[in-house]
Amino acid sequence: MMDSLILRTATRLLLSLMLLFSFFILLRGHNEPGGGFIGGLIAASAFALHSIAFGPRALRTVLVFDPRSIAGVGMLCAIAAGLFSAVMGDAFLTAGWLHWGEGDAVFHVGTPLLFDVGVFLVVIGAVLTIVLALEEEDV
Amino acid sequence: METLVAFTVGVMAAGSVYLLLSHNLVRVLFGLILLSNAANFVIFAAGGMTEGLPPLIGLGEKALTGVYSNPLPQALILTAIVISFGLLAFALVLVYRGYQELGTVDSDRMRLAEPPHPDQDIPEPEEPGRLHVRDASRRVENLGSPQS
Amino acid sequence: MLSAILGIFVWSLLAPIVARRLPRIAGWVLAVVPAAATVWFVGFVPEIAAGGTVREVVAWIPGLGVNLSFYLDGLSLTFALLICGIGTLIVVYCGGYLHGDPMLPRFFLFILAFMASMLGVVLADNIVSLIVFWELTSVTSFLLIGYLHDSPQSRRSALQALLVTSMGGLVMMAGLILLGLTGGSFELTELVGQGDMLREHPYYLAILILILAGTFTKSAQFPFHFWLPNAMDAPTPVSAYLHSATMVKAGVYLMARLAPTLGGTEVWTVTLVSFGAVTALLGAILAVRQTDLKRILAYTTITALGQLTMLIGIGNTYAVETFTVYLLAHACYKGALFMGVGAVDHEAGTREVTQLGGLLALMPVTAAAIGLAALSNAGLPPFLGFIGKEFMYSSTVGLGEGEMALLGWLATAAMVASNALMIVTAGLVFVKPFLGRRTEAAGHAHEAPVSLWLGPVVLAGIGLGLGVFNGALERWFVAPVAASLTGAPMDVHVYLWGGFTMPLALSAVTVALGAAMYLGWPRVKAALDGIASALGYDSDRGWDRILKGLVRVALLQTRVIQSGYLRHYIMFTIGFTTLAVGGTMVVKGALVAPSLTAAAGAPYSAWALSLIVLASTVAAVMAESRLVAILSLGVVGVVIALIFLLYGAPDVAITQFMVETLVVIIVALVLARLPRLTAFARPDRRSAVRDGVIAVAFGAVVTAVMLAVIDLPIPLDLSEYFAERSYTEGFGRNVVNVILVDFRAMDTLGEILVVATAGLGAFALLKARPRREPPVGDTKTVGDSKPETGDRS
Repeated sequence: MMDSLILRTATRLLLSLMLLFSFFILLRGHNEPGGGFIGGLIAASAFALHSIAFGPRALRTVLVFDPRSIAGVGMLCAIAAGLFSAVMGDAFLTAGWLHWGEGDAVFHVGTPLLFDVGVFLVVIGAVLTIVLALEEEDV
Repeated sequence: METLVAFTVGVMAAGSVYLLLSHNLVRVLFGLILLSNAANFVIFAAGGMTEGLPPLIGLGEKALTGVYSNPLPQALILTAIVISFGLLAFALVLVYRGYQELGTVDSDRMRLAEPPHPDQDIPEPEEPGRLHVRDASRRVENLGSPQS
Repeated sequence: MLSAILGIFVWSLLAPIVARRLPRIAGWVLAVVPAAATVWFVGFVPEIAAGGTVREVVAWIPGLGVNLSFYLDGLSLTFALLICGIGTLIVVYCGGYLHGDPMLPRFFLFILAFMASMLGVVLADNIVSLIVFWELTSVTSFLLIGYLHDSPQSRRSALQALLVTSMGGLVMMAGLILLGLTGGSFELTELVGQGDMLREHPYYLAILILILAGTFTKSAQFPFHFWLPNAMDAPTPVSAYLHSATMVKAGVYLMARLAPTLGGTEVWTVTLVSFGAVTALLGAILAVRQTDLKRILAYTTITALGQLTMLIGIGNTYAVETFTVYLLAHACYKGALFMGVGAVDHEAGTREVTQLGGLLALMPVTAAAIGLAALSNAGLPPFLGFIGKEFMYSSTVGLGEGEMALLGWLATAAMVASNALMIVTAGLVFVKPFLGRRTEAAGHAHEAPVSLWLGPVVLAGIGLGLGVFNGALERWFVAPVAASLTGAPMDVHVYLWGGFTMPLALSAVTVALGAAMYLGWPRVKAALDGIASALGYDSDRGWDRILKGLVRVALLQTRVIQSGYLRHYIMFTIGFTTLAVGGTMVVKGALVAPSLTAAAGAPYSAWALSLIVLASTVAAVMAESRLVAILSLGVVGVVIALIFLLYGAPDVAITQFMVETLVVIIVALVLARLPRLTAFARPDRRSAVRDGVIAVAFGAVVTAVMLAVIDLPIPLDLSEYFAERSYTEGFGRNVVNVILVDFRAMDTLGEILVVATAGLGAFALLKARPRREPPVGDTKTVGDSKPETGDRS
């Protein structure tokens, strides 16, 4: 934890901005540069920054859930995305899609999105598990 | 460009091996960072390096057209970067915990799992009073006994 | 046939329960299944004798051509009958011999499992199933020899037998696989048809040597004979069954089985005849030197195995006839002798021939059985052993009349000598203990229970019966086995009286010589002992030396390669990789000269970025302080990220940037907690030079590989596949992301699992610490606080 007023003030603002950005990166990843890995890393850095500014205890309050649980939920999302097709009789992890609209204005949503959300959560969870455990070392 | 990369990664690999061969574990960790960077670079260059367009399909198109960079190695490296980050974090923590237990980051002095051969000479602890490998191996023997 | 084998296997698993529930009659009860199997196999005798064969195939791993196929012909039926028939008697015998032994339930399990494995060996038609059963017999034999596991001697013998036979088995496996690949089939019956091709094939010699290594070790042929006498540390029923009647004959069986496929060449005949004859003579000489009844029998078993090997090698009509006769004769008399000697040991408390005498009146039934068996062993008429000996002489004499006259006559001489010595051993086993003057040790002996004398009596009776009624022997056994051995039906004749011929004269010489040597036994033994000590050679001690040398090499290698220093491990790994990859490239001529024009033609930006990477790398390596090193590494990472961005990989570039950031955070967190080191220890000059050489060599190999790789056209099939289908099938415009979450999602799933595991591993290292006493004098006790519960969810 760094006791710096500038860092703390900036972090308050940056955390929400970076989190918002990470969601944006996650969701647009299928069509533009981005995706679960990148989004997850951005969100993780945002939280890590917060923990440097305010300490691990504050970060745990912000996170609500233990990072290990976040990683676990991420794994479950990714596996669930795969099981969906397995239940439908296809090979494990075959993508399933729903489409709305016509022509160029089609909106696609499918299991790869759930899978990418899983990747996103696992990266956040794993990174923060390590960061928090290290930060809490000499508390 | 790839020829240039071939020499660059050669130097990076040599540097990382030199660091890995050190008995200071912090240097070993640095070697690990350098090695994973070199490895990713190798994969990237082996897939061909095309200056310019990323492998993004334009709006209205159905497939990639024109000159684009090879997407396959990119997908491989992307995950490799994250994995080597996980590995590095784990290794860092391992070294840190090793330091806490044995009071050293000198791998020559860390002989808990493999006690020295009779004729091997293990340096004394860096800080007086710290656990020496001799005590450490004794502790391993006592692990099975109930705690007092 | 599979059902018979599986049935006995299942029965072996039930055996401990039966033995525990019915300790008094366990042997009799457990013998029921082997007896049933015997009866079942007897039912096949008429069909096989009429020239028929039975084949049974169950697919096991069809994709690899591995079947559980079984084949019943004269040869396998004869062996199956020996295994089940003698097995039945042995199981009954065990119940009496080991009565009251607390480990008896386990013993029954082992011996029945062995019986099933051995049946598998002789019935298997598929090479792979043969190997599996073969190894199973080695393992069960190991367990049975080491039955008295608290005796170091017994453990040593068990290990020796296992090592010798399984090393041979391993070599043999290579030979059999080579045979299967060369012959184009893994079914032994199909390989018979390939015999002519195989004998001409350039691999023939290799196949032969490899397979003989397995059969010679298993059947204790010289120079691998030494494990068999040591195996006699096992309880007597094991010696009688495994190391005389059945398992040691597996090698002989396989040679006989392969005779029509590989036999008949000059090298086959010379090898088998010479090794067999030497083994036979050596076994007989060593037997006469012993005073322990069981060891005498052990060495005479080696003689018998040598003679059988020799007969397979000779391969003429007489030899083929003798093979069957002698196989049956030996199994009967040796089984009877072993069991009888066990009964004597059981009742008199000793097996020392010098301490036994006058047992005839005390143990009349056992005496009768041993007496009959010994007469057969000595080769006297009208026993089966006599026919065996006569025909053996006919076969060696026959060989002497052919092209290999010298070999034939040497073999004949060796056989006369070894058979004469067999007469001496027969005398030692029967005449001395039973007819000699009563000794003190024998004083308290009395007749053994029925379970102990049943086996010897039955086997000795069969030995006499088959000798007298040799017409049945000829029709039911000799003819079918001869057909298996030669690959075609043949005319055989078995008789006791062949007129005044050369073999009869040789028999007379043998008996006279044997009787003379028996009468002068103490002097013969002394003379042989003298010769042996003059030679000073002992295979058993040689074995010890080999084992000790092996251990020393292992220790030395451990000291060098596994020094316990982390950097040595890294050094060996990197060094080996460098040599293996670099060496291969040099040998295969894969080195590609760098294209300097291509390098010079690279854009200035590329040159600039590469130079920054190079400079930072050097700085990171040379850095005296941690800060400089981390900063330099950071520069390397960021510049590489820039290169990714420049060359059309924005996803990778962003990832790299983010990871660099997180690395700095985590490294800072850790290094802040590592106290300032007194010195950022630099290696001493000598190791610095050594490390430098290895590092530069590795770097050079990486560059060389890289140059060779970029010289090849890049296979773009996969990339194009993904590029074409990314939008139409994956509904995504970012091809990289579609590969990650759709096309290759399985890989990604594995990768996030790795990341999650790394996180959990680090967490466990930091949080889940064992409670322990604080390090000596450590006042800070960092790791001593109770594990924190970081879990607040």
